[in-house]
Amino acid sequence: MNVIVCLKQVPDTETLIKIKPDGSGIVTDDIKYVMNPYCEFAVEEALRIKEKFGGQAVLITMGPARAVEALRTGLAMGADRSIHLNDPAFEGADGFATAKALAEVIKKEPFDLILCGKQAVDDDLAQVGPSLAEFLDLPHVTLITKLEINAEQKKARVEREVEGGKEVVEVKLPAVFTCQKGLNEPRYASLPGIMKAKKKEVKPINLAALGLGAEEVGAAGSKTKILRYIPPPSRPPGKIIAGELIDCVKNLVKFLREEAKVV
Amino acid sequence: MGKGIWVFAEVKEGNIRKVTFELLSQGKKMAEKLGEELVAVLLGSGIEGLTGRLAEYADKVYFVDDPILAQYTTDPYATIITNLLKEHQPSIFLCGATVLGKDLSPRLATRLQTGLATDCTGLSLNEEGLLLAKRPVYAGKAFIEVVCPNSRPQMASVRPNVLPMVPPESGKKGEVIKVEAKVDSSSLRTAIVEVVKTAGAKVDLTEAEIIVSGGRGMKGAENFKILEELADVLHATVGASRAAVDSGWRDHADQVGQTGKVVTPNLYIACGISGAIQHLAGMGSSKVIVAINKDPDAPIFQKADYGIVEDLFKVVPLLTEEFKKLLSES
Repeated sequence: MNVIVCLKQVPDTETLIKIKPDGSGIVTDDIKYVMNPYCEFAVEEALRIKEKFGGQAVLITMGPARAVEALRTGLAMGADRSIHLNDPAFEGADGFATAKALAEVIKKEPFDLILCGKQAVDDDLAQVGPSLAEFLDLPHVTLITKLEINAEQKKARVEREVEGGKEVVEVKLPAVFTCQKGLNEPRYASLPGIMKAKKKEVKPINLAALGLGAEEVGAAGSKTKILRYIPPPSRPPGKIIAGELIDCVKNLVKFLREEAKVV
Repeated sequence: MGKGIWVFAEVKEGNIRKVTFELLSQGKKMAEKLGEELVAVLLGSGIEGLTGRLAEYADKVYFVDDPILAQYTTDPYATIITNLLKEHQPSIFLCGATVLGKDLSPRLATRLQTGLATDCTGLSLNEEGLLLAKRPVYAGKAFIEVVCPNSRPQMASVRPNVLPMVPPESGKKGEVIKVEAKVDSSSLRTAIVEVVKTAGAKVDLTEAEIIVSGGRGMKGAENFKILEELADVLHATVGASRAAVDSGWRDHADQVGQTGKVVTPNLYIACGISGAIQHLAGMGSSKVIVAINKDPDAPIFQKADYGIVEDLFKVVPLLTEEFKKLLSES
């Protein structure tokens, strides 16, 4: 079983996000970047499949030079090799343009399944996985929390999280899956793993190597356009309700009914 | 460029979901402004009886009633809707940012080679008549405004509970049009073999009007019982912080925050939650926030509309009693 993992480098979830004064983006100074948490589940699952069935786990990312660190993290966890789409022309890609570029690379790779995170925690699109499946004419299953592979029959049986429960879904391979928390517990990279990762392949792919036109990638190839970034609506300062405990509670209930009108 | 605002009508357990009517309410306003028609599209099995409620809002209702559509799977839904959208070329297509909507909409957008804004919290029309979609990024630490300038339809999935619902026009009765499924069952690549409902599941966190949530201060799985009791009285759903989920006290499906659910209830009651940035991002768009925490310096109080600095184990049972009294009176 050859598994491809599409992953993304994102700001750590503890990052305080500041918007540039002109609203054109966020301030990226001092941001600590990590592998997207949902992509960690994808990498871990790929490694488990490889350990069980043999084959390769190959990581693919699109991003600037720093994104190589996310690939190294996955390689240190145990992935075999990686591909890095890196070109100024790829910048500003929306979900459509990102999936298109990833699909173009994946077409040239042998694979039995593709794993993605359910969404990246920066743009929160949750679009690239299903969109990639469409570009590759493959089925997809989103939000998986369990994956069982039948290698002989080239089938997978997965559990996915839906509102108020779960669905058990069967799908023919190859297919694209997006990984949700609960699928597994991602391993930490070991020290020997980190050492080995330094020697593993990170294959750079620029626009020329990708084989798409400049108008098909990045902001130019995107279908959506971000007009501006805006801060979240500010909340008026709240009330701390002090006094005897029972009075506090009675006052809180009164405020929620009469002032906030939410109960 | 196309005409018409289309709304995907989502069915769950035999009923049209509330988010559909929220979209129709918003779609109606935009349709009037653009001078275009409002269209609902409904897929399912045995759903013809549901078309009437949609026709109270929409000028036209297209429905496809076929056993193959009884449960949502991507392939038949994507194929049928793509065909309808290609035939009628609307300017805008909207669906709920539900599990279904988030599975379907990227497929449709890619197949139709158009732009999609996912998980939106606001929709409007700009001065050029383009759909201006507002959506959170970084789990709500910032928002962006997005347009789809050159391709059609302009697509958006919108979160439940964020668009105001208006009652339908009295006496309105849109045209109801039956469409054949024409789907080859051998083309279906995924099959649902089982659906498992979570025991005692109430409204999903993403749709809940009231959420009672617990964090590290809950000190153990068994103590969530007091939050369940409060939630029962308020018909609320119980959520949890990442700390509580990572400690194994609650299922990961209950997690609120940047690596869990992003929620927008009318009332969010945070109990023993300090308010890590990643949690605040996930619940910061709640209409009213109550924080109960014994640490007066907990960051959650910065976001809260009402705070009580006290041990949650003392406050929550009293709160449950007070709400019981209040709600039995009214």
